[in-house]
Formats: sequence, C-alpha cells, structure tokens
Amino acid sequence: MPTAISINGLDVIRGGRPVLRGIDLEIAAGCVTGLLGPSGSGKSTLIRAIVGVQIVAAGDVDVLGRPAGDPDLRRRLGYVTQAPSVYHDLTVLENLTYFARLVSVGRDRVEDVLERVGLTPESGQVVGTLSGGQTARVSLATALLHRPELLVLDEPTVGLDPVLRRDLWDFFHELAEAGTTLLVSSHVMDEAARCDTLVLLREGLVLATATPDELRRRTGTFDLDDAFLRLVEGVG
Amino acid sequence: MSTRTATLATASRVISQLRRDPRTIALLIVVPCVLVFLVDQVLAGRPEAFQRVGVPLLGLFPLVSMFLVTSITMLRERTSGTLERLLTLPIAKLDVLLGYGIAFAAVAAVQATVVSFVGFGLLDLSVGHSKLLVVALAIANAVLGMAMGLFSSAFARTEFQAVQFMPAFILPQILLCGLLVPRAAMAEWLQWLSALMPFTYAYDALARAARTTPLGPRFALDVFVVVGVTLLALALGAGTLRRRTP
Repeated sequence: MPTAISINGLDVIRGGRPVLRGIDLEIAAGCVTGLLGPSGSGKSTLIRAIVGVQIVAAGDVDVLGRPAGDPDLRRRLGYVTQAPSVYHDLTVLENLTYFARLVSVGRDRVEDVLERVGLTPESGQVVGTLSGGQTARVSLATALLHRPELLVLDEPTVGLDPVLRRDLWDFFHELAEAGTTLLVSSHVMDEAARCDTLVLLREGLVLATATPDELRRRTGTFDLDDAFLRLVEGVG
Repeated sequence: MSTRTATLATASRVISQLRRDPRTIALLIVVPCVLVFLVDQVLAGRPEAFQRVGVPLLGLFPLVSMFLVTSITMLRERTSGTLERLLTLPIAKLDVLLGYGIAFAAVAAVQATVVSFVGFGLLDLSVGHSKLLVVALAIANAVLGMAMGLFSSAFARTEFQAVQFMPAFILPQILLCGLLVPRAAMAEWLQWLSALMPFTYAYDALARAARTTPLGPRFALDVFVVVGVTLLALALGAGTLRRRTP
C-alpha cells in the first residue's frame, strides 16, 4: 500500500520541554489510521506537525510526497482542529460559503457537504446557537469542501453522543473506501477498534504501530483498553 | 485562487460578521455623532473653539473606533483557532489583512459620512476646504486605525489586554497631537514626542483642511505619514501572522 505520510526523526519542543522525541512513522494511503494515546502524549502536536503549523526542532515530515506545510498541500489536505475553528457569529451556510470561496468550489458542493454531515436543516442558523456536536460537524464540513486527499482530524468525536460517534466513524470509512486517507486522533480506546491501523503514542514516543487484531494478539487480550495498558507496562 | 478572490471573500465574510452584530454597528455610527454633539454643547459659548476642534474630531473618531474594533476582532481570530485553520488553506496572509482592511474601510466610510453630516449639516461646522476632503481624511484615518489595531492585536493575549491598548496607545496621542493645546505651546520634549506619533499628522491634516488658508506642503507630509504608517503597520501586521507557531 502506498505511503501518505512519512516521518523521520521528528523532534518537537514546546515550552522548553520535548513533546515529540525522535518519531519515525509511515502512514498508509487510503485507510483510516487511528492516533491513540493518553492526554498529553503528543497527539495534537504530531497532527500539527503533519499539517505544517508546528515549528519543529528536527526531523522530516513528508505528506503526499511534499514536505509538510508546502503550499501545494493547502489544496490537498483537510484539517479539523480539536476545538471547532469556525466563525460563531456567522450562519452555517455563511461559514461554508466563505471556506468554499477560498478553496474554489461552488454552491453545489456546499449543499452536498451540508447534506453529508446532516446540517441542511440548520444551514440558516448562527453557529453560536448550535449544540456542541452540530458545531463540530460544521468544522468537519468546512474541511471536506475541497475533497482533500488526506483528512487529518484531531479528536473529532470528543463530546459527541454514541449515535453521532457511530455515524461519524461510518462516514470516515466511506471516505476511505472512496480513496481518502484519514488520520484520526482519539484518546478513547473503543474507537481504536474502528481503525484499520493504530499508532499508539505515549510521552512523545511511538509505543506501537499495529492493526487492532495484531495488537490483541501481541498482548493476548481482546479488550483494546487492556492491550494498551499491557503495552504501557511492557507486556507483549 | 487568485489573490483578489480570497481578499474579497474575506472582506465580505468580515462584513457579514459585523452585520450579525447590529449593536456594534449602532455604537460605531451613533457614538461619534453623540460625542460631536456633546462637544458642540460643551463649547456652546465659544463657537470659534468648536470650529477649531470639531472638524479634527470628525476625522479622529473613526481612527479610535476602528483601532478598537479591529484589534479585538483580530485577537478573536488569533485565539479561536480560525486563523491557524485559515493559514492551512490556499489564502495569502495579505488576503487576510486586505480583506479586513476593505471591510473596515467600508464601515469607516459610512461612519465618517454620517458623522460629517451631523457636523456640517446639523451643527453648522464650516470647513475652509472641501467637505469631501474631510471625509476622505476620516476614511484614511480609519484605515490607519485598523492597521494599527491589526498589528497591536499580536501583543495582546486576552480581550482585556486589547482594550487596555486604547488608553496606552491612543490617549497619549490625543493629548499630544495638538487638539487640546497647540503643539507650538508645548514643552520642547513634548513636541519631539508628538512628532513621533501618527495622530499628530492625522490631526494636522484635518486642522489644515478646516482652515481657509492654503493647505501648504506640510499637508502633503501629513498625508504621506498617515499613508506610510498605515502601510508599515500592515507590513508589520503581516509579519505577526505565522503559518507555523511554537
């Protein structure tokens, strides 16, 4: 399977402390990769390095054959930040229309995306009046407009109810089947089971890269939560 | 996408945001009118004094209000994560700045026109040169205020800090620009200090436009400084927009 992201010897220092320590990582194209780890393990920093907004101390990050942050990637990559980064004083439609103009897509595409994230009925509503889950979907929608080859999502399901989370994960798999590469971070292990590949991060180091099944086999446990704990404790 | 499309998209987005906030618009338009009226009333017994400060005030209000509105709006864009997201998309930093510039210049044009109407139409201010010149200077000052607001937003972490920039940066300039006391009557060190402040030139241009005497070469210098500082603040402001952050 071709590689979408390739990272060599990545070091990041934030606030005087090493957050990522010599990360080497390959992420395959066309599948859903889960980036898992406890809070503070460096997930968001790794994601920021991949989308090219993080100042890095050392190492190479290659994304879709280009160095991270390359202007060419701005049309090929979709980034959904942890906190929804949309304009709360604009309506759903006004938000999408603005981002659509920036990435040169038309009104049809805006309507398709609205439909896809289930926000058509709310399109005229000001974002500030929406629920947390709806706001998160507006943020997701703005990242889908230009049909990115690579979609990077930082904890997209935080604060969503179980039904919405299931729907969102179904949607991620639909996108992957259509050829999109997805990198999704989460600190909830039950979401790990829905990924094709897992990257486990702890204290700025890659603890393991494996499919959910491999991880279960290596650690001799079915439950991925237990599997992760065993890895952390050096078993398996 | 051509740079111009992203600039216009940003300008219309900022205008839409302002339109959702009718109270801010009302404050932007109504407050300067009320203040000019108050100045007129305070100086009721001294029409020549109102004549002297009235016209410069018409042109200085837009500077102050645009400075405040822009620094807070831009600070929100920086702290809410939308700026970081925006800069991962095909948009140049200049598009962001010019988009804001066009949007606020449009608001300033409305503000300056309404305040001028109150000053010239209702309060009988007279002006030696063209009234349109005063409106044009007011718009130029608004854009100057906007550019300084964009730049200063980089130095505030919270909206509380941003609001404090008003007494810190703006008030000393109002005190020293010549509006309260002619600069020639100030101590020499104050004259030097005021020569370093953009407000001094903005005020002087307006005061010259109000008088019946010829504008003179000093007027050209005033306009040059106002435009120059605007461009400098925009360039410095662009420097504070970073695609990569620590």
